[in-house]
Amino acid sequence: MTATLERAQRSETGKPDMRRSIRTRFAVGAGRFVAWLSRIAGFGGHVIGGRIALLLHPGCLAELACGRRIVLVSGTNGKTTTTAMLTAALRAEGPVASNDTGANMLDGLTWVLATDPAPTVVVEIDELYLPIAVQRVHPVAVVLGNLSRDQLDRAGELRDTARRLRALADSFPALRIVANCEDPYVAFIAAAFPRVVWVSVGSGWDGDTGNCPACGHRLAKRSPLHWACARCRTERPDPEWRLTLEDPDTMLRTPEEQPVPLRPVLPGRVNEQNAAMAVAAARLLGVPVERAAAAANRVHDIAGRYRTIRTERHTARMILAKNPAGWAATLEILAANPAPVIISINANEADGRDTSWLYDVPFERLAGHTVLATGARAADLGVRLSYAGIAHGTEPDPLAALTALEPGPVYLVSDYSGFAELRRRTGDGSR
Amino acid sequence: MSTESAVRIATLLPDLLGTYGDRGNATVLAARLHWRGLAAEILEVPSDSPVPLGCDIYLLGGGEDVAQAEATRLLRASAFPAVAGHGSTVFAVCAGLQILGTTTVDASGAHQEGLGLLDLATRPGRHRSIGEVTGCADPALGLTDSVLTGFENHAGITERGPGTRPLARVTTGTGNGDGTEGAVHGRIFATYLHGPVLARNPALADHLLRTATGIELAPVRLPDLAALRRDVVTAAKGTWRRRIRSALLPSAWHTPGVTARDRRSRPL
Repeated sequence: MTATLERAQRSETGKPDMRRSIRTRFAVGAGRFVAWLSRIAGFGGHVIGGRIALLLHPGCLAELACGRRIVLVSGTNGKTTTTAMLTAALRAEGPVASNDTGANMLDGLTWVLATDPAPTVVVEIDELYLPIAVQRVHPVAVVLGNLSRDQLDRAGELRDTARRLRALADSFPALRIVANCEDPYVAFIAAAFPRVVWVSVGSGWDGDTGNCPACGHRLAKRSPLHWACARCRTERPDPEWRLTLEDPDTMLRTPEEQPVPLRPVLPGRVNEQNAAMAVAAARLLGVPVERAAAAANRVHDIAGRYRTIRTERHTARMILAKNPAGWAATLEILAANPAPVIISINANEADGRDTSWLYDVPFERLAGHTVLATGARAADLGVRLSYAGIAHGTEPDPLAALTALEPGPVYLVSDYSGFAELRRRTGDGSR
Repeated sequence: MSTESAVRIATLLPDLLGTYGDRGNATVLAARLHWRGLAAEILEVPSDSPVPLGCDIYLLGGGEDVAQAEATRLLRASAFPAVAGHGSTVFAVCAGLQILGTTTVDASGAHQEGLGLLDLATRPGRHRSIGEVTGCADPALGLTDSVLTGFENHAGITERGPGTRPLARVTTGTGNGDGTEGAVHGRIFATYLHGPVLARNPALADHLLRTATGIELAPVRLPDLAALRRDVVTAAKGTWRRRIRSALLPSAWHTPGVTARDRRSRPL
């Protein structure tokens, strides 16, 4: 890794642009132009700019990545938050390029590399694109938080995804993995690599961890923080880092058993888990633990997630939840406050068109809240809520639903496309 | 079935066959009984527990290939084949449908004997079928609403033998692959449709409950159901537009993992 670091430092002195080929400069220039057009037309520019550049010169991604220290953050949930926290931690040491807009496919990655010359790059990447991204940009490390069912209509089988990621170990044995040892799928992938930093973040949603990723046999759990397969002997790896609940704080124990308090501004246990992954990754890249933890704790706004929008009569806290694992974390946050809940489900292309997963979410726990079903698929959600025994109103437009509520605090939980739409309509689309 | 005791609904192997929200089918059946003042009990039967005898309804859901192979192995060795359809009603979805058949060949070419409860065999198709399905239910079932809708996500092509009727004729989507969808034989029902399918098609849910209990059930009204059934039929019509659009987009923008062609073109 030291060789990579040196290369990265050398490139800090020279302008990276100077080494770009004519073809790449042309592709990036065209991307910039289209992105500019797209922005003045009122759309975002991050995705289209990268797409144009990749289309004109597919090799530009490898070229733009050359000589830079790149960390890819992947997994099903918490990518964006972990990326923001790791970026904040590394920025304590120097400039960092990052895709803080959540554009997490190859086009978004290209755009970050093309527009920000910082020698260190922290980018979240969709788990399905991780193999190809690793091959193109040769990262120094990959952070893997969890792997669970999400958008099965486009992702196919979870095991397929895991097998493709695991196969990367053959071609990239030097790649460092920062992995959550509680997740059998993450462990299955990371165990193939020789150098892994194992982090124990405590239990999370375990709907997809019933059987062994390797052989399909039922996993035995001796305690909440243990799993093992009796047939193929796969078991939970021993962690170096441990997230522990200690009165009154959540502590992250380093490999040297040093306790570091984790108190993220962002709500919920899941954000402490994201912070733990970010701090372990930051230490791997040379940031002192206390500084990394302090920076991760301070992160308060991630592309509008957890943001509060204020109207004349309401303060609405926005939460993104797009799959059963994300909803498990969200229901925990909602349980702390009896405020009304507006749920928006669009099930557009970006969200996954199959809404079956709504029946894997225990909406029964919303009993006691005023609940409104909204979004393009409000009717699907409404039927689900009826079967959960939750009285609710149905109104396709989430903002119209908001105005129908009594004044006061409100939770607004939405899937991905609904979230983007809400940000745009509440005057936050330009960021 | 007697009306005094609770209707027992067993969800078989939810840890292996619980990937696509199909547990919702149990939720739906139990709720629809409760709404009519009938008692219902859901038994989740994970893969390390024996299959309970004497349940009124046995449910099987969808799962991944490895999990399906494991589930087939466990069920073949269990009491389930002996009790299925004999006094009990069985409803199987996707992987569950394939398991009830005679043989299954999965995407990797592995050949596996099924439970042989339905006369059907499954082989891998050329691409994965993913999307909305609409169909017209077999009139012999006598459903109060014959339009069936659901979401399919499978790579199998299923051929029925002469002893098995289809559940529906497909109007949009793939289903079994020959223009029909699902299979019915006596008290055993199987389909490729998720959604969960019983939430989307209450007429089918009530038909299962009628078959299992022998009781004529009063209709129930759900507030959002009419809108849901209208929405999904419209969504199914939009499938072709989406397919054309995704075919025109360059492969780098494409979501990987959707078709067999995508799989081949991927470097890993």
